[in-house]
Amino acid sequence: MSTIRDLPDTAAPTVRAGDPPRRVTPAQWAGQSVTMAWRSIVQIKHNPSELLDLSIQPIMFVLLFTFVFGGAISGSADDYLQFALGGLIAQNALFLTIYTATGLATDLQKGTFDRFRSLPIARSAPLTGRILGDVLRQLWSLVVLLAIGVVLGFRITTSPLAVVAAFGLLVAFSVAFSWTSVLLGVLARDPEKVQIYGFTVLFPLTFASNAFAPTRTMPGWLQAWVSINPVSRMADALRGLLVGGPVAANAVATLLWGVAFAAVFGPLAVWALRTRV
Amino acid sequence: MLSIRTDVRGRDGPGAEMSMTTVGPLCHGVGVPPAIEAEGLVKRFGATTALAGASLSAAEGTVLGVLGPNGAGKTTATRVLATLLTPDEGRALVGGHDVLVEPHRVRSLIGLTGQYAGVDEALTGTENLVLIARLLGQRRGAARARAAELLEQFGLTDAGGRAARTYSGGMRRRLDLAASLVGRPRILFLDEPTTGLDPASRNELWGMVRTLTDDGVTVLLTTQYLEEADQLADDIVVIDRGAVVATGTPDDLKARAGAAVLQMRPTAPEQVPIVARVAGEVAGAAPTVEQGTVSVPAGDEALMPAVVRRLDDVGVRLAELTLRRATLDEVFLALTGHRAVTQDDAKEAV
Repeated sequence: MSTIRDLPDTAAPTVRAGDPPRRVTPAQWAGQSVTMAWRSIVQIKHNPSELLDLSIQPIMFVLLFTFVFGGAISGSADDYLQFALGGLIAQNALFLTIYTATGLATDLQKGTFDRFRSLPIARSAPLTGRILGDVLRQLWSLVVLLAIGVVLGFRITTSPLAVVAAFGLLVAFSVAFSWTSVLLGVLARDPEKVQIYGFTVLFPLTFASNAFAPTRTMPGWLQAWVSINPVSRMADALRGLLVGGPVAANAVATLLWGVAFAAVFGPLAVWALRTRV
Repeated sequence: MLSIRTDVRGRDGPGAEMSMTTVGPLCHGVGVPPAIEAEGLVKRFGATTALAGASLSAAEGTVLGVLGPNGAGKTTATRVLATLLTPDEGRALVGGHDVLVEPHRVRSLIGLTGQYAGVDEALTGTENLVLIARLLGQRRGAARARAAELLEQFGLTDAGGRAARTYSGGMRRRLDLAASLVGRPRILFLDEPTTGLDPASRNELWGMVRTLTDDGVTVLLTTQYLEEADQLADDIVVIDRGAVVATGTPDDLKARAGAAVLQMRPTAPEQVPIVARVAGEVAGAAPTVEQGTVSVPAGDEALMPAVVRRLDDVGVRLAELTLRRATLDEVFLALTGHRAVTQDDAKEAV
């Protein structure tokens, strides 16, 4: 076949005047991540159904659970709301991590991700930007949930500092948990398939917990699972931080779960991105 | 098979230019290193070998057409050169930088427009371009100005405020090309940029590619369409099953596949078999018959008079006799053993 001259040895690249820089600085990485997050927020502006998901859906859940199940479970809607809002917040946070997967799957499917990878930007910026954007979604949803709760009579009986801690715990766990979503987005490569995951994994995970109902009437085997389910532990921690009760053990358990999710699914997701894309 | 000679030592000698007459990419910038240079690229996906030792080279400011059928390895080659894929074997320099050693530097010099438009459909045209500009480190004002400039250049100013999902296929492709130009790349990869476009949009895009090369941008263009390669490319690499089967200018390639074709149409259609037999005997090659016209490859100039004499002897009168250069389609058939896709075929397939 063709004889091309041996290419010059660039194992030790020679630097010439006017050469672009070899890698990204941390400041550039931060800027690129913020730009990517901006993009993920602008998407909401053009996709009203997502804004509906982010606002109407949490409100609907609160209204339905409080007024349909509340009286039956807790005797009164008021008492139920005081018990369930922490659980609703935890459930909503997990559901929102789906956005990481759908967004990523869309980018992979449409070729947008290739465009990003061909740019002189940090390798991780598309990912960190998306996660940052999802954190903002989490915060928005949390504000909406707390607001509707207060309108319906939910009373925050702790300190503003505790509320801030609740925000922090929620965001920390969500970011860690979203690694499962990153892996899913890469493997599924199809936003439609991602939705199925929400029903097959997230529904049982969030409902087989103490988020919506006290555990005492559940069968023993279910109680065993519910007591260790991260959703239960986060729901309890959020209850503690918003209406009082034990916090430390639950918060620690939630964070440990977060670390476990990140430790298992983080490397898997990065591996999938490297090999499957 | 044509060999690419890139004897850099010969650059000072007066004979260097002359010895390069058959060499496509390298005769343009003797002494200037090629903008794209790849050697022995191998890429396997499981049991499939997408690239089986492909080598290619594009001089600065030229258009290199990578021509091949579906699944030939064109996209894989583009993705390797654009740092999206790591080759299993071989090396590639883009803008003088090794894609494996200094991928970030390579990315600073290139633009990529893939087979599927990589625009964010949820964003407006303006937002798509501002996004890229901001990622490249431009300030807000500069980013907006650059976006406006590109929208203007690509005739999308009126659509700039609309979500890209409302765009037609041609507009989306234009926006995608604009997005790949935000950083003013010196080297542009266009992976089947006109696949699926209507003829008007295709011509428009061709015009844009020509404008870019006028500005000194090096373009690597993959295509299944011979016409496109013929129209745009300074040099062509024909690739089949992951390997380069021929290299040269469009004219080189046409000249090499039998140089010329002798076409004859007898006045009496029933004499077509006789013409085919005679022409085949004289040319020593298999004739092709199509719509009452017989074609044989014409290896040398003596063929035409010889065939005419013999036909005269057997009493055949010709209504038409032409000696023409082979088309790229025939070249492709000769090189790869199968026909390339034409734009019409592609349309029927859709």
